[in-house]
Amino acid sequence: MKRREFIQQTAVASTLIGLGGLGFQSFSRNDKKITILHTNDVHSHIDPFGPEDGLNANKGGVARRASLVESIRNENPNTLLLDAGDMFQGTPYFNYFGGELEFKLMSMLKYDAATIGNHDFDNGIDGLFAQLPHANFDFISANYDFSNTIMDNHVKPYRVFERDGIKIGVFGLGIKLDGLVDKRMYKETVYLDPIEVAQDMSRILKEEERCDLIICLSHIGYHYKNAADKPSDLNLAKATKNIDLIIGGHTHTFLKKPTVVKNIEDKNVLVNQVGCYGINLGRIDFYFDSDKNKAANGTTILV
Amino acid sequence: MTFKPLLCCFIVLALVACKQESHLYKIEGQQLLISDSLGSNQEIEAFIKPYREHVFKDLDSVLSYAVDTYTKTNGEFNTAIGNLMADAVYEESNPIFNKRTGKNIDMVLLNHGGIRSIISKGNVTTKTAFEIMPFENSVVVVALKGTQVNALVNYLAKAKRAHPIVGLQLVLDKTYNVKSALVRGKPIESETVYYVATNDYLYNGGDHMDFFKTNDSLYVLDYKIRKVLIDYFIKKDTLNPVIDDRFIQLK
Repeated sequence: MKRREFIQQTAVASTLIGLGGLGFQSFSRNDKKITILHTNDVHSHIDPFGPEDGLNANKGGVARRASLVESIRNENPNTLLLDAGDMFQGTPYFNYFGGELEFKLMSMLKYDAATIGNHDFDNGIDGLFAQLPHANFDFISANYDFSNTIMDNHVKPYRVFERDGIKIGVFGLGIKLDGLVDKRMYKETVYLDPIEVAQDMSRILKEEERCDLIICLSHIGYHYKNAADKPSDLNLAKATKNIDLIIGGHTHTFLKKPTVVKNIEDKNVLVNQVGCYGINLGRIDFYFDSDKNKAANGTTILV
Repeated sequence: MTFKPLLCCFIVLALVACKQESHLYKIEGQQLLISDSLGSNQEIEAFIKPYREHVFKDLDSVLSYAVDTYTKTNGEFNTAIGNLMADAVYEESNPIFNKRTGKNIDMVLLNHGGIRSIISKGNVTTKTAFEIMPFENSVVVVALKGTQVNALVNYLAKAKRAHPIVGLQLVLDKTYNVKSALVRGKPIESETVYYVATNDYLYNGGDHMDFFKTNDSLYVLDYKIRKVLIDYFIKKDTLNPVIDDRFIQLK
């Protein structure tokens, strides 16, 4: 795969730059902090809810999110901003401009990547494709096979980011489209089993890409109480290994705090989702240290 | 280029060295509320402004008044907002259907997931209609045999969700079996043809409402659900929908 080679080479090149600038000394005994910021199911909510709204008065708004993201980036430049899908549909902005404004604003906020939700097909796969020129960030989905669609080559299964020498692998997952989205909208997009794909992705990111941190950007939903076996973030966390964080969407789940789930190797996985409509911004900080003793005591999770 | 393998070796060593140095020892997670105490980024604000002015020019006109806040989560098998939507589709579409075909709509079925927003207490505007129904879906009337209407009834019993209906009165027993199902007050007859209004999303297999597939005929009204709501709001001075007995479970 040519793309994978390219990613590996890019990673090597940037490490070399890091070495040249810092030297070997700074690699040892230095705390490193990676901040992951995330949204999901923003659904074209660009303006804050008005003061008269019955449920979410005065909450949300892209311009406020922008200032919060900016202040966090100033505090820690080693930050990634991710979206777990359903960026489209929910306010007249989408009906009038078809997603142009959503993508332009996400680009201005310097989103690093987004996965594709079912509502991102609402103007058809052609409608999504038409807005791509406005998006200055990557679309990531590992279980939608777009080979026979106009989106072929415009969506990556995963991306590896490097921040402060830490390699962060992010892969995307989408929900089953049959019965949820009109076939005329998603056309020849093929849905693959998200759990199987995730098992494969986490292996590639851990063993081949040698990532320090593995994140799943998921739009499969948090959990379905009336269909407990349906693929969901909680089921995904239990059935896989090497994933550190699952950032979810689709079910518009407001969690008081991220959920800690034991994976197939009995290790902790964090599952988070921040409701919908840009009301919240999720923030997960990962601290790395060179001190082996500290790590031997296990990873502390403060949520 | 003889130095290349050496350089590669060096890089690999450096990477391996790096790998051994990084250990995840602490994770902190928190949810940050986007509230009005946060300042707005002025560059973003200025960028949005012309789009906003264009969109909201014609959307802020007041159409009706809601006496309360209505949400789709308030109600077990039927909700006030869902009942309003089903009633609106019936009241606004039936005159059109009747004029074209001489027939009447027997019942309406929409989907609970298709209610995309709440109705907030106070003024109801064109924007409200966009929020509840952002999708471009339209009304279709499907001619279904009684056998298919029974399949529809079984679907509703199994789904255990407050899918908006009108014209059909459905009662479930404690174990979610169908206790009674009446269309226009009468039991469903297998060979009778019923005219069921729904939207094109559901007709095309949305929410797995597969019973629509086997039908006698389809009438496309070219009438968007959003426009139905706008027309309904204009006619109603005040909105006061209630949870009623159209779809209930005996406890």
